[in-house]
Amino acid sequence: MNDDKHRYAGSPHKNESARASAAAYWKENIKILSWLLVIWFAVSFGAGILFADLLNNIQFAGFKLGFWFAQQGSIYTFVVLIFVYVWKMNQLDRKYDVHEE
Amino acid sequence: MEQQLLIYLFVGATFALYIGIAIWSRAGTTGEYYVASKGVNPIANGMATAADWMSAASFISMAGLIAFLGYDGSVYLMGWTGGYVLLAMLLAPYLRKFGRFTVPDFIGDRYYSQLARTVAVICALFISFTYVAGQMRGVGIVFSRYLEVPINVGVIIGMGIVFFYAVLGGMKGITYTQVAQYVVMIFAYLVPAIFISLLVTGWAIPQIGFGATVVGTDTSVLGRLDGVLTDLGFDQYTSGQKPTIDVFFITFALMVGTAGLPHVIIRFFTVPRVRDARISAGWALIFISLLYTTAPAVGAFARANLIDTVSNAEYTELPQWFHNWETAGLIAWMDKDESGVIRYGPGAPFEGRPQFTGEVGEYGQPLLRNTPTDHANELYVDRDILVLANPEIAQLPNWVIALMAAGGLAAALSTAAGLLLVISTAISHDLLKSQLMPHISEKGELLAARLAAAVAVVLAGLIGIYPPAFVAQVVAFAFGLAAATFFPAIIMGIFYKRMNKEGAVAGMLVGLVFTFGYILLYKFINPALDHPDHHLFGISPEGIGTLGMILNFITAFAVSRFTPPPPDHIQHLVEDIRVPRGAGAAQDH
Repeated sequence: MNDDKHRYAGSPHKNESARASAAAYWKENIKILSWLLVIWFAVSFGAGILFADLLNNIQFAGFKLGFWFAQQGSIYTFVVLIFVYVWKMNQLDRKYDVHEE
Repeated sequence: MEQQLLIYLFVGATFALYIGIAIWSRAGTTGEYYVASKGVNPIANGMATAADWMSAASFISMAGLIAFLGYDGSVYLMGWTGGYVLLAMLLAPYLRKFGRFTVPDFIGDRYYSQLARTVAVICALFISFTYVAGQMRGVGIVFSRYLEVPINVGVIIGMGIVFFYAVLGGMKGITYTQVAQYVVMIFAYLVPAIFISLLVTGWAIPQIGFGATVVGTDTSVLGRLDGVLTDLGFDQYTSGQKPTIDVFFITFALMVGTAGLPHVIIRFFTVPRVRDARISAGWALIFISLLYTTAPAVGAFARANLIDTVSNAEYTELPQWFHNWETAGLIAWMDKDESGVIRYGPGAPFEGRPQFTGEVGEYGQPLLRNTPTDHANELYVDRDILVLANPEIAQLPNWVIALMAAGGLAAALSTAAGLLLVISTAISHDLLKSQLMPHISEKGELLAARLAAAVAVVLAGLIGIYPPAFVAQVVAFAFGLAAATFFPAIIMGIFYKRMNKEGAVAGMLVGLVFTFGYILLYKFINPALDHPDHHLFGISPEGIGTLGMILNFITAFAVSRFTPPPPDHIQHLVEDIRVPRGAGAAQDH
């Protein structure tokens, strides 16, 4: 709405070095989440769907491995991925001094 | 104590708790009403999100659905959990930094366009109404099964309870009742699951028992299921029948749909800081996973148990639970070969749902007036029975059954309340305050929000009492539309600074029209065609949202290339939401 103009016109990135730092922070963030999303895709769409039949030839803790990824393993991995992301981002926020109190 | 009394006691006690919380946490300002003043602890928000997310269908139907689909049921398990990874990494922290109240707020402001805001409001209302109707019906069903009141009376009682705490407490009241509802729901789910796992495998943890061997034998649960099912003529439990491309597209549509559902996204507006929004998604997924990793185990145990009990059994020798659920119409036997023995196999035994004549046959079985089919199968099983009858199959004490009733109601009510809040906010905030009556006072807006919630409760209840025939089909709409409209618009709004209003609006419209049209064609206009041979690339209507999303992205990029970039203050806005610091300041806005 109209007050946005006032709210964001004087954004925190007034000078060049601040701008460069924000860009570097964003680049590192994208790198972290790209890696994590590759794993996200690999365990669910890869192991659980596309390669499930192949992995089903392997037995794992009483399961066919592809079936286990589809009904158990991918979910556990999702949880771990989010907590790794939180941990990496909290580090990154401090490194670039953009963390919250 | 007597069964019925225990159920009234458990359900009554939990209702009293919810009402108590509502009175304690009633909202006085729009900030409290819309986003609980952004002061919710991230773990509490995780629990509330889990309760909000897991509906009556997750609680009652999911394990049974998986039990009958086997591997193909995995689309729901992965699809309804994997979206939280996307939420945590791609949406929640940035939307929290943006710091307003609703999803249409973001779409309208980021794309500096009232048209974009209006499209978003319409999608939000459509998605939420679709969803809430199913919840109200769920409340009615739980009431009628456990409390022996007619479904309609159940819906009205449910409406009354939700009315009380959603209208009075807004987001603040809903959040803290959802925390309580999560605890009730998960306890009610895990207790019978643990007992049935012990009974079948000797392991107390269902997730481990799932891979273990059956007590007294050296074959695994899954190996035995595969064997028995193949013998009976079914497909193997651990391998799928759906085309791989369809499994892929459905899973993807459910994931991005989850990440784009307004009642889920709005929960991440309620925490104090950006870092809380990130970790809150993690907590939510832990709480959801507790149920979602248990459900497939319960499904497998229950399916194995069911076959052991009924297949080739004499009807006269069956346990009591079979007769209890026969009365409820969830299981029925038609003695096609007049042997007195139950023949169980693939295919429907007769057409439609069981309709009893009221007379009993030679072996004491209630007779059916349905037309038999050509299949050799004689047994009708409603998949909901696998969860509902678990406590009886495992011979658990009466209080566990009472707990199940309270748990099913908690699951339905918590989801309904979250959806009603989205509906009331869309009307009072996105339509009235942001578009039609920008000068409405704080008090007026709050009153409008409460009135909108009240009207929505009544409407949802009416849909629950007079369900249109298409309730089951419309769920595909909710996820498909969220995937094809909200998800791409929000992602591009954050990650692509150059995206302008022309691109975003064109993308949303293309995604909306394509997905809506495809589902309409196969679910309503010509359901006879709804078969993999006739689908576009073999993708079913459930998975078409993924293709809608891809079309949305392509259209948006193409259009934005040929139209002017967004104004400077919008580009600054995007830069601003990308860094966490300063989220506190945004909250007085």
